[in-house]
Amino acid sequence: MTEVPVIHGMGSAVKRKEDVRFIQGRGTYVDDISLPGMVYLDFVRSPCAHAKLRSISTEKAKGAPGVVAVITGKDLQPLGLDWIPTLNGDKMMVLPTEKVVFQMQEVVGVVAESRYAAADAVKLVEVDYEPLPVVTDPKKALEEGSPIVREDKRTNHVFHWEAGDREATDRLFEQADAVVGQDMYYQRIHVSYMEPCGCVAYYDSVKGTLTIWMTTQAPHVVRTMSSLITKIPENKIRIISPDIGGGFGGKVYVYPGYIVAAVASIVTGRPVKWVNDRSDDHPSTAFARDFHMRAKLAAKRDRTLLAFRVKAVSDHGVFFGDANPSKFPLGLFSICTGSYDLKAAFVEVDGAYTNKPQGGIAYRCSFRVTEAVYAIERLVDIMAHRLGIDPAELRLKNFIPPEKFPYRSVMGWVYDSGNYAGALRKAMEMIGYEELRKEQEEKRKRGELMGIGISSFTEIVGAGPSHTFDILGIKMFDSAEIRIHPTGKVIARFGTRSQGQGHETTYAQIIAQELGIPIEDITVEEGDTDTAPYGLGTYASPSTPTAGAAAAVGSRKIREKAKKIAAHLLEAREEDVVWERGRFYVKGAPAKYKTIQEVAFAAYTNHPPGMEAGLEAVHYYDPPNMTFPFGSYICVVDIDRGTGEAKVRRFVAVDDCGNIINPLIVDGQIHGGLTMGFGTAFMEEISYDQDGNIYGANFMDYTIPTAVETPKWETDKTVTPSPHHLLGAKGVGESATVGSPAAFVNAVVDALWPLGVTHIDMPLYPWKIRRLLEEKGYALDK
Amino acid sequence: MTALIYPADAKVGLELTVNGERRVGEAETRMLLVHFIREVLGLTGTHVGCDTSNCGACTVVLNGRAVKSCTVFAVQANGGSLLTVEGLARKGRLHPIQEGFWEKHGLQCGYCTPGMMMAAYDLLQKNPNPTEEEIRRGISGNLCRCTGYVKIVEAIHYAAQKLRSDPSWRSGGD
Repeated sequence: MTEVPVIHGMGSAVKRKEDVRFIQGRGTYVDDISLPGMVYLDFVRSPCAHAKLRSISTEKAKGAPGVVAVITGKDLQPLGLDWIPTLNGDKMMVLPTEKVVFQMQEVVGVVAESRYAAADAVKLVEVDYEPLPVVTDPKKALEEGSPIVREDKRTNHVFHWEAGDREATDRLFEQADAVVGQDMYYQRIHVSYMEPCGCVAYYDSVKGTLTIWMTTQAPHVVRTMSSLITKIPENKIRIISPDIGGGFGGKVYVYPGYIVAAVASIVTGRPVKWVNDRSDDHPSTAFARDFHMRAKLAAKRDRTLLAFRVKAVSDHGVFFGDANPSKFPLGLFSICTGSYDLKAAFVEVDGAYTNKPQGGIAYRCSFRVTEAVYAIERLVDIMAHRLGIDPAELRLKNFIPPEKFPYRSVMGWVYDSGNYAGALRKAMEMIGYEELRKEQEEKRKRGELMGIGISSFTEIVGAGPSHTFDILGIKMFDSAEIRIHPTGKVIARFGTRSQGQGHETTYAQIIAQELGIPIEDITVEEGDTDTAPYGLGTYASPSTPTAGAAAAVGSRKIREKAKKIAAHLLEAREEDVVWERGRFYVKGAPAKYKTIQEVAFAAYTNHPPGMEAGLEAVHYYDPPNMTFPFGSYICVVDIDRGTGEAKVRRFVAVDDCGNIINPLIVDGQIHGGLTMGFGTAFMEEISYDQDGNIYGANFMDYTIPTAVETPKWETDKTVTPSPHHLLGAKGVGESATVGSPAAFVNAVVDALWPLGVTHIDMPLYPWKIRRLLEEKGYALDK
Repeated sequence: MTALIYPADAKVGLELTVNGERRVGEAETRMLLVHFIREVLGLTGTHVGCDTSNCGACTVVLNGRAVKSCTVFAVQANGGSLLTVEGLARKGRLHPIQEGFWEKHGLQCGYCTPGMMMAAYDLLQKNPNPTEEEIRRGISGNLCRCTGYVKIVEAIHYAAQKLRSDPSWRSGGD
């Protein structure tokens, strides 16, 4: 028998295929694309957060050296492109004609022969603004008499949304022995991908084709929307999403730059490049979170958690652009009962328009799951402290027990599988929980501040089943198209778009597992709408749960046909042919076999009479349910009573994402997510003053973690496969961003609880902690 | 006394050594080195991630020192010697830093990676045996949003060890 080749299937920590180009500077990001005759687009941006446009004078700019076009909202109006639909059925301004609605909004597009010439000419456009009253606080925006942000809506109220059972929740709160409540603000943050948004748009007037190389996570949806809006036939629009320098949800949205670049190409007949500077990107692209919550949790004397309620106001900025499934205006926030076996829950949320750019990015999170996890994990911690019991103990007592899965939550979600106590116990063991509590007690006696914080989160990802999930009517399936060449090599294309998650490797591993073909022989392509099968794209962690499953089903379809061909080659009946990874043989005679490669060759050279030639499959996978990854994180902090700095001493993360395709990549995803959660908890915030001036418009003012502050993460796993996913996988890309912020905050509050501190809003800046220490008379001065 | 003042958009001819080869090109006096590298020399491995010198995606080695090429004018590099990510590998052999990043999963989206590797190159030239702390400080001018740095630190450790044990990589290359 010949040796079975190493294929690097499921579970192999193989090095990533895509890295070969990235480590040699040979990736192709949007700004790396250069076409003959290309010109550059730059924008005049509004200094005001809310102002009437009295006049725009473009004459000087038009006459400036190298300028080829100047585009205003009035130019877009006759094309019906001054406003376009958002992904949530609202509409957004592309360029203003009457008024500007947030600071740094794009006002006029200037196209010139070089970046520098475009930037020069931007300064020559004269815009006369008449300032209008500004509203940046969503609660004030909902008050009577507040300035109206959107004349077309006549109100700042975007929606009212409820989930759960109000009466049942009320009843349980009345019967409860203990109730805790907390107002919390989950601050506005930016995803801060390293590659700013941009595109190269080219309209070929002879062919009538529009091609856009674009920093997008969802190329297919963008193509369909573009066609519906512009009436350019969909077969004449090609969206190419090349290598993407991080997306995290921020590159799902369609920003004015893309539209104006496309129009500019039509106007000038030349390819047009637009790439945001960071200082333009941060203040004008979409934001995440910005969520004001009032949460309450009820418990019985015996420490059974009963019911949870949240009343919240969400700030959506000027346009309701959240890329949420259409039935869920506030995403999947109703996962907020988390890992606990509660008897009832009720949430109500009001959305508000304010003079800020659009918000609601599902920042590395399945649509508001992060806010939901934060709410329940903070409240469970507060309850434990109030009841005077260990937060780990309260969690262990109230977790949904493993035997209750599949578990229907009071919010109606059916959790696929879980072993929450298993993950928490493992994390406690890893970090030495009992000893840490003893150490903490000792330190408290000495006046030292040390805190331990837990977060035992449950996520909901892989949106989603088509009966419930769609974006603007397009169902949230994803797809794979797999083609085996005669020599047994593979090209596989997907509707998703990797932004660093390593799809070229993980998808190849899935196909390798199913077909026994080594990953070196499998090329994975995504992002080109002319070649890839239709799919929703990559956001809300759908890639493994949906496209990964599509790869498995597609591979199995191929295997079925291959088996028929193998039977023909082996001169056996199909039912007597046995599959063993990479080869077929006749039952009882494994020595005589045909490899998948031999079968592939036969599919084109010697296929059975009456059978269609070729060996390929397409599959559009509609998941039967969501998947529910979970985990337990434990954080230890030491607080400096002088500076107020909370230093993360250790952080242990035990994740359970079901079966793992590539442990190296899973670990990388968790590390990255934890670091983002760390940034959220300790340093990241975009705020506005009352005039709508932004704070945090670039990396000078918006600090993201560097290697110096970032803790050394300690990760491990438990494995509880998803029963309904073909590979038993659940997806992992978002777990750590979702789960970790509560662990950091719980740790800091745990340290300060004896001083009477019950909550601190993120980011946990040293000055905030220092101020609290001063108030409590606990601050040290040198 | 009259100062010699060029208009910002006056073009100047430049000549420099890039990844061991002599290259010539023209640049406006105000052109940033990173734009010269990307758009005139056509080496797009060096990236632009910000406009405030914070992110380090554009880090290259100029005359033996790591610089953020968004903060240097192209004309300042005239006559100099430049090493970019494209010049790290030698004769088809990956540089130990590249190997380390691949081996240890030190990258995800790949956007910060070239700058990060060039910062590591500079660090390891000055300090061939850095501690974890020194590596973290050595790359503190380079932002990564994907990896959480732990694996980048491991990658640089890996490279340091390799470089120490394989003297053929010492010196040169730029």
